[in-house]
Amino acid sequence: MSEIVLETRNLVRDYVIGGGLFRPSRVIHAVKGVSLKLEKGKTLAIVGESGCGKSTLARMITMIDAPTAGELLIDGEQIDIARKTLTPEQRRKVQIVFQNPYGSLNPRQKIGDVLMEPLIINSDLPAAERRDRAFSMLLKVGLRPEHFNRYPHMFSGGQRQRIAIARALMLNPRLLVLDEPVSALDLSVQAQVLNLLADLQDEFGLTYVFISHDLSVVRYIADEVMVMYFGEAVEYGTREEVFSNPQHEYTRTLFAATPRADVESIRRRLARKAA
Amino acid sequence: MALLEIENLTVEFETAAGTLRAVDGISLCVEEGEVLAIVGESGSGKSVSMLAVMGLLPWTATVKADRMAFQGRDMLNLEPAERRKIIGKDISMIFQEPIASLNPCFTVGFQIQETLRQHTDLDRAARRRRAIELLEAVGIPDPQERLGSFPHQMSGGQCQRVMIAIALACDPKLLIADEPTTALDVTIQKQILDLLMDLQARTGMGMILITHDMGVVAETADRVVVQYKGRKMEEADVLSLFERPQHPYTKALLAALPENAVGDRLPTVADFSLDDTPYTGARP
Ligand SMILES: Nc1ncnc2c1ncn2[C@@H]1O[C@H](COP(=O)(O)OP(=O)(O)OP(=O)(O)O)[C@@H](O)[C@H]1O
Ligand SMILES: Nc1ncnc2c1ncn2[C@@H]1O[C@H](COP(=O)(O)OP(=O)(O)OP(=O)(O)O)[C@@H](O)[C@H]1O
Ligand SMILES: [Mg+2]
Ligand SMILES: [Mg+2]
Repeated sequence: MSEIVLETRNLVRDYVIGGGLFRPSRVIHAVKGVSLKLEKGKTLAIVGESGCGKSTLARMITMIDAPTAGELLIDGEQIDIARKTLTPEQRRKVQIVFQNPYGSLNPRQKIGDVLMEPLIINSDLPAAERRDRAFSMLLKVGLRPEHFNRYPHMFSGGQRQRIAIARALMLNPRLLVLDEPVSALDLSVQAQVLNLLADLQDEFGLTYVFISHDLSVVRYIADEVMVMYFGEAVEYGTREEVFSNPQHEYTRTLFAATPRADVESIRRRLARKAA
Repeated sequence: MALLEIENLTVEFETAAGTLRAVDGISLCVEEGEVLAIVGESGSGKSVSMLAVMGLLPWTATVKADRMAFQGRDMLNLEPAERRKIIGKDISMIFQEPIASLNPCFTVGFQIQETLRQHTDLDRAARRRRAIELLEAVGIPDPQERLGSFPHQMSGGQCQRVMIAIALACDPKLLIADEPTTALDVTIQKQILDLLMDLQARTGMGMILITHDMGVVAETADRVVVQYKGRKMEEADVLSLFERPQHPYTKALLAALPENAVGDRLPTVADFSLDDTPYTGARP
């Protein structure tokens, strides 16, 4: 029997916005009942229109926000952060790489310290060992030793994104939720990071929830794919099923809108422009 | 006359560990109505060189150039007051990290209207109308309601589109778009790119588009600059670049497209032996 690391049953999240003295408040139904099951060592990719509820779902799965309704199970255990505080072990087990890496980094903390901090809190490794591990993680995400003592603002967008990934990996999570983790990376660095994630999955059986709008990346890394549309999962199946036989209209639109990088398409565009 | 001309731009940062050269002798030029794409390695100085044009680098940065001119006007020795008139109006920028670039303390409506207040003579009601129109153009649902939302109440891609709305608010002559669609799914991305291309065709706006998405380059750019380690490796019109990439880094970059994966590994630039001498020869 395979282990189910993550399960959600009809997860719902509403936001209330507006509502001043004279204006009625309004409810946004960001996630409208999403159910999923993910086995250990597998990758679920979530794609969908901007604003359809992907990050909201990610924050519920990683136990940051409580769902308005529905159930969340991690390793078969019911989680309800609104009623019961999480154990340190539950916290460590599930990590997230936020869509906005800048906002999640402390501007006054050097990158080396960012990477070593989780080890100080969660392990009793000697200082030298912590340093070695942080160093080797830095190199694994394609950064260099001289970056160790720099502050977050001294990095490029793509470099910060990699720092966020490195930090999440330092904790040896069991489930890692990545919200657009490679969107700012050039293809080569993106490949390096995707290869690293694949290696870690092979070695430690890591489970990933990978939010991305890049369909070629999704096709490469995903075992299962969920397509969300206005808060609902309109498509959910294996990668092969979804890519070869999309059921929902939106999924088909999505595939058709992917820009093409081939010479023939460029020629056609230039011809149209000249006309 | 070119819209923007940069000759031999160098940017250095003072850091605790010494001087770091982030941009090393970049030259480029954008004509009116032209889309110039800049692609290249993460950390190769794409954002820093454009922030230098905007005059938005921190004091630890030293900017040098033989020439930097907008519509023939020297930008290096511009009085701050003069610069403020151009930046944000004639030249505007969509910043790479949208959530971090918006002010968390003000509603998105206020932030758009504030830009309009600074650079146009629209009255309050007209500014509000224009703000709604802009949010609508970038595909934000219920724009009227959303004027009152704070950045943290919007999704990543919605913040990115607010940023785009702000950049387009004053009909810039030159738009610098730094990874403008990274947080957008391909359908909204298409809508945004169509909007930008339409604007560009209608108003003759020039555009510098920094992106790592080769599909976006293929569908929008006229010319492409390839950057690596702070330097320009290659420059070509879009068709030649895809058809006959000359520099090994460009070839490696195109080969790293996930659709070119060999087995279950993706090729990276490290898999190619690279020299980093810029390609200057003629194009076959
Ligand atoms: N304030 C700063 N102090 C020191 N170094 C900096 C600073 N800002 C940027 N850098 C360095 O300058 C180099 C160029 O950064 P830049 O942001 O231009 O890269 P980029 O090409 O835009 O990369 P990306 O594609 O990842 O956004 C990087 O190596 C970065 O670490
Ligand atoms: N704190 C909040 N208050 C009110 N509304 C919110 C809040 N956070 C998100 N929303 C709204 O909920 C919806 C879903 O947002 P979410 O961030 O989950 O989208 P997303 O799928 O991650 O989009 P993107 O791809 O653009 O990042 C959006 O309409 C957004 O405006
Ligand atoms: Mg999101
Ligand atoms: Mg950048």
